[in-house]
Amino acid sequence: METINLNPKLFDKDVEQLPIRKGYGDGLFEAGKLDPRVVALCADLTGSTMTSTFSKVFPERFVQVGIGEQSMASVASGMAAMGKIPFLASYAMFSPGRNWEQIRTTICYNDRNVKIGGAHAGISVGPDGGTHQAIEDIAITRVIPRMTVITPCDAIEAKKATLAAAKMVGPVYIRLAREKTPVMTTEETPFEIGKAQYFFVPSGAPQVGIIAIGALVYNAIMAAKELEAEGIMATVLNLGTVKPLDEEKVIELVKAAGAIVTVEEHQIIGGMGSAVAQVLSEKQPTPIEFIGVRDVFGQSGEPNELIEHYGMGISHIKEAAKKVIARK
Amino acid sequence: MPHLHDEKIKFLEGKANDVRQSIIEMLLAAGSGHTAGPLGMADIFTLFYFHILKHDPKNPEWAERDRLILSNGHICPVLYAAMAHAGYFPVEELKTLRKFKSRLQGHPHREWLPALETSSGPLGSGLSQGVGMALADRMDNGKASSKFFYVFMGDGELDCGQIWEAAMLAGKEKLHNIIGIIDRNNIQIDGFTEDIMPMEPLKDKWESFGWHVLEIDGHNFEAINDAVGQAQAVFEKPSVIIAHTIPGKGVDFTERRFEWHGNPPGLGPEDVVKKAQQGAAALEELRTLGGRIKSEHE
Repeated sequence: METINLNPKLFDKDVEQLPIRKGYGDGLFEAGKLDPRVVALCADLTGSTMTSTFSKVFPERFVQVGIGEQSMASVASGMAAMGKIPFLASYAMFSPGRNWEQIRTTICYNDRNVKIGGAHAGISVGPDGGTHQAIEDIAITRVIPRMTVITPCDAIEAKKATLAAAKMVGPVYIRLAREKTPVMTTEETPFEIGKAQYFFVPSGAPQVGIIAIGALVYNAIMAAKELEAEGIMATVLNLGTVKPLDEEKVIELVKAAGAIVTVEEHQIIGGMGSAVAQVLSEKQPTPIEFIGVRDVFGQSGEPNELIEHYGMGISHIKEAAKKVIARK
Repeated sequence: MPHLHDEKIKFLEGKANDVRQSIIEMLLAAGSGHTAGPLGMADIFTLFYFHILKHDPKNPEWAERDRLILSNGHICPVLYAAMAHAGYFPVEELKTLRKFKSRLQGHPHREWLPALETSSGPLGSGLSQGVGMALADRMDNGKASSKFFYVFMGDGELDCGQIWEAAMLAGKEKLHNIIGIIDRNNIQIDGFTEDIMPMEPLKDKWESFGWHVLEIDGHNFEAINDAVGQAQAVFEKPSVIIAHTIPGKGVDFTERRFEWHGNPPGLGPEDVVKKAQQGAAALEELRTLGGRIKSEHE
């Protein structure tokens, strides 16, 4: 078990912070430069989805659909039918939230090569409140046949994910958060769709594996580091892609650690933890504790306040780790 | 659009009759499915597949073909029948409609039948897809494009908000090579469109969204052909053709038993109720082909 080139300043107090959605904007722009077939669509949120980087340079390849997410999904399907590689973006609550059936039928059932960027996913959206906090998006995308679901942990990984999505053929959902979050990876950190990576390997043999996605990978790493100081060895796996799930890596971790904590800024019902539990209950039954939102809606507040309130803070991950080790 | 001479009209009438026969045969073999819409649209589909469309049934992937996007997927028996008679696949295969492993799925799925331009069934999504196709085509070819994107819609599905999102976008983008065809047959599953969700004034609605609107008799080949020709000649905006059709057209035991244009003045409340009951019974008779197949809403 080895970690890969992570940010050397990862454990510094002043670790650089960037919004994950910026990585989508940068990746889309880069993909647009590399491939003329890449086009972008947006539903009146070019700034906050960072689509504006692309739309300003390539206005002839950009479609502003107005606040019509349902139509946007099907327009993208039509463009893909003509050979384009459309990237559509809005807040995750509206896309893939509001336009789920259009994504299911006109994109996935139709097998169209469309990429969906869902910004403002998770409870850390903060003051906007529960209406805008998409904590169901992983559940509704991973259930659709053919859909790939990527959950980048930081802005740099989001850029790589967006570029990788442009290169692969098939529908992809890329989950993006709003607030600035710690940059854990570097340009050199490898990224591959469907491949999980160890982001923290303790000094001793692991007693628990923590599988995390999104910005909460940072909390998972901090929890593991604190646990290590207490003499509890925890390995952190950044899953990166929820679907297809890197079963090989997850089982490898379980065989080494024997217990799992899953960490996600999403409903526990239907989320990443559910996907991990499904794999493990079939192939390697293991005690699991789930960190995530427990079947309630969010509310207004500062991101960290909400992460703590809904039980996704560093202390909660540590508690869950101890609890699951005791269940072994 | 070449003018239709008498001989061609005769030919088309014969083809439309073949298409209708196939629709009835395939629905009877399937034991379920939609009857009224497919029969009502048989003339228009026949004209498109045998005169209007620039296409090659032996080469459905031909990049320069016109695109025919069926939005109201439930009327697919007429699409399948017209395609089979035009040579896309054997007419014999029509009898596999709705059967296990058939390429002719109950609602169209292009994975099974790749010659289809899209999969449809859930209503209201076709126009957006046509708009996306036309936008992509304009990015590649500008105004030099020689393709047309024909989107076939039902009048009932105009209840869907997505249709109007797409209509706004096409109007904004002035997509002249989008041509919508609305099957104005005045019925939807729960009854008459004007009772379920009034559509009128339909022409005004589309005009206010920036569309050129034509309104025609959907069973008159010359009228349909002329309207498509006019729509093709409009270069500053998208066009839509409101085609008035008779559900179940061509089936003598139901055709013209419906009163489509509201109740004439002077009818008392009891007469209105009686008429509505007769209308509903006639509709049910049509939808079950006289009790021989399951109704679409069972």
